[in-house]
Amino acid sequence: MLPDPVTRRNVLKSLSMGAAVGSVLRAIPLEAAAYAHSLIQAEKADAKAGGYVPKYFTGHLYRTLQSLCETIIPADADSGGAIEAGAPEFIDLLTSENPEYQLKLGGGLVWLDSMCTDRYGRVYLDCTPQQRKEILDLIAYRKNAATDESLSQGVAFFSMLRNMTSDGFFTSKIGIQYLGYIGNSYLLEFPGCPPVPGV
Amino acid sequence: MPNLNPSRKVYDVCIIGSGAGGGTAAKVLTEGGLNVVMLEAGPRLNPDKDFKEHVWPYELAHRGVGVAGGGRFQFNDEFLAPNGFWEIEGEPYTTAPGSNFRWFRSRIEGGRTNHWGRISLRFGPADFRARSTDGMGDDWPITYGELSPYYDKVESYIGVFGTRENVPNSPDGVFLPPPKPRCTETIIKKACDSLHITCIPSRLAILTQPLNGRPACHYCAQCGRGCISAANFSSSQVMIPPAQATGRFTMIANAMAREIVMGKSGKAEAVSYIDKATRSEQRIYAKAFVIAASACESARLLLNSRSPAFPDGLANSSGVVGRYLTDSVGSSLAGHFPQLEGMPAHNHDGVGGMHMYMPWWRFGQKNEFLRGYHIEFGGGRGMPGVGGFDGVCAEHEGYGTSLKQKCHSSYGTHIGFSGRGEMIPNEKSYCEIDPNVVDKWGIPVLRFHWQWGENEIKMAQDMQETFRSIIEAAGGTVTGGRRRGATSNSISEGGEIIHELGTVRMGNDPKTSVLNRNCQAHDVRNVFVADAAPFVTNPDKNPTLTIMALSWRTSEYLLEQAKKGEL
Repeated sequence: MLPDPVTRRNVLKSLSMGAAVGSVLRAIPLEAAAYAHSLIQAEKADAKAGGYVPKYFTGHLYRTLQSLCETIIPADADSGGAIEAGAPEFIDLLTSENPEYQLKLGGGLVWLDSMCTDRYGRVYLDCTPQQRKEILDLIAYRKNAATDESLSQGVAFFSMLRNMTSDGFFTSKIGIQYLGYIGNSYLLEFPGCPPVPGV
Repeated sequence: MPNLNPSRKVYDVCIIGSGAGGGTAAKVLTEGGLNVVMLEAGPRLNPDKDFKEHVWPYELAHRGVGVAGGGRFQFNDEFLAPNGFWEIEGEPYTTAPGSNFRWFRSRIEGGRTNHWGRISLRFGPADFRARSTDGMGDDWPITYGELSPYYDKVESYIGVFGTRENVPNSPDGVFLPPPKPRCTETIIKKACDSLHITCIPSRLAILTQPLNGRPACHYCAQCGRGCISAANFSSSQVMIPPAQATGRFTMIANAMAREIVMGKSGKAEAVSYIDKATRSEQRIYAKAFVIAASACESARLLLNSRSPAFPDGLANSSGVVGRYLTDSVGSSLAGHFPQLEGMPAHNHDGVGGMHMYMPWWRFGQKNEFLRGYHIEFGGGRGMPGVGGFDGVCAEHEGYGTSLKQKCHSSYGTHIGFSGRGEMIPNEKSYCEIDPNVVDKWGIPVLRFHWQWGENEIKMAQDMQETFRSIIEAAGGTVTGGRRRGATSNSISEGGEIIHELGTVRMGNDPKTSVLNRNCQAHDVRNVFVADAAPFVTNPDKNPTLTIMALSWRTSEYLLEQAKKGEL
């Protein structure tokens, strides 16, 4: 039998009552909770005010970024994908603040459009699904750059985008749920390892 | 004109630094009746604003890595409690040609205790008698038996969980019950049993039962973020509040100590410091001084306190201030454990640190090297974070559902191992004042010299072999540590483990040590040092618990002196 996880409110209440009178500890938990909540609410309010406004990538490039993110971590029967997880927002925000990301990701997206224009006569978003798969299959693997040097910038770009898309997805609410992480909670006792054969 | 404190308020004691050593001294001295002023180079800690406990990554726009992703893999991500930095703007340090040394410094109330791993290991009897045991280094001027009652006091007050095990030279303490092992720890414990490697509950300063007005841990694994309920130990939340409650404690924040000023009677009379807010020089007068600024900062302060009586730095007639600098030997390796792939989803958080560890299990045996190391390990189904899937992405490559599923099946299946071993002091590792560089407060900075010895290289190599054998015995495969391959590179950089110490060492001989057996300067009787600078050896046990025990002992001695009117 696992101990009951207790609610945040109850824990904070018990903490504040149990701590020594006159100690700074007495005031901390409730104020901290209030602060954490205000922080979160401020961010949510920002997000709701008319949706996310991209800070670095322009309309066409932002849509390309969204498309690539969703291709890297797609929605499937088990969960939503990278767009629902907010990965493009996360990547755009960090890129807007980081000149190195601007070169690698900003430059990388333009590289991809140029490559598609050379090969198929149109930018990535206007390509057919088959063409998109063809170009992505080239830049999604290091071994292709080893045989064709002209792909090496694309491979480096895609590798970075793959990492950051994974970051954005697996740190989102749906991504964390998909992984099955259980925790960040208040337990009265740690239950230890559940009975599992072989462990 | 500097404000040289015309009112000349004279405190009983001025403590420099608010970390493990300074905080302990503040509690003991104020509770003993003395009026204490403390200088802290950073701001006051404000847990309700500064701590991010229980915040999910998706509740922050930067998902925890901060503006421009600068906190990725850093000690300074958005979640962590204010702790310190590898580089501080305007406060450089230098390294001599050919020396690699990194210096982690804290500028916040509580110092590095806000973020440390809470690993609380007593030094053993042999650690105090290094030279007598194997002929290398030096003996401490005190024995384990003399420090043991202070370990008892510290553990009883701060709360440390653990178990009585009778491991040779890894003494048991006053323990709270340990938490149950996680699945990762169960697997590794079995492998260690088969290899005859001792694997026992760890010893961490985290409460598993309420103690001294603090509640028990609620097992969110986020100690590093700072604990709003103070169920874990930090100086800022556990040592400073009782000092403040006495009404005899004053803290001056954002005060960067520059120099200890000598008076006419052969005693120190003031600390000269820079008030960071106004960039002006101020002075605080006191009858005694406890320097606890962290080992290298304490050495720097003494070296920068030059006077006609002490042209090479205060209390440095021996010339050994800055010498005998050591850090722990570090090495790490990680493994993938396929049996964890099928694990049902369950709460794996626990306390913010390991529940099991391996103390040095070959004490007294004939080994390839002198002294020993302990092993820390961790991994499993923790809260996902930025960077957590870089390895899977690099290995699997591609994109789409198969990548997503690979991340899912790999989640929580890795366990990392880190060794922490003893370095023997050598004459090539030390710090000194760089004659050419000052920081933005006008204070001359430190220059580091560093070289690992043969013994340390062999030890790191042994760690690698041990980690590999544990991983394989547990059914895992080695996935790599840092700098795998070249054995000489499997050792950490100097300073990297953040156990730098020994720079103002204690001893019975004033020619070869700075402090006497009470951590009081041989040369200046009202100057004490209470961080890890006085340590004569740096055994594999993390230094913080011993800093506190030693500071407690030093403070009681200081109280006695005050009662006798010696101040």
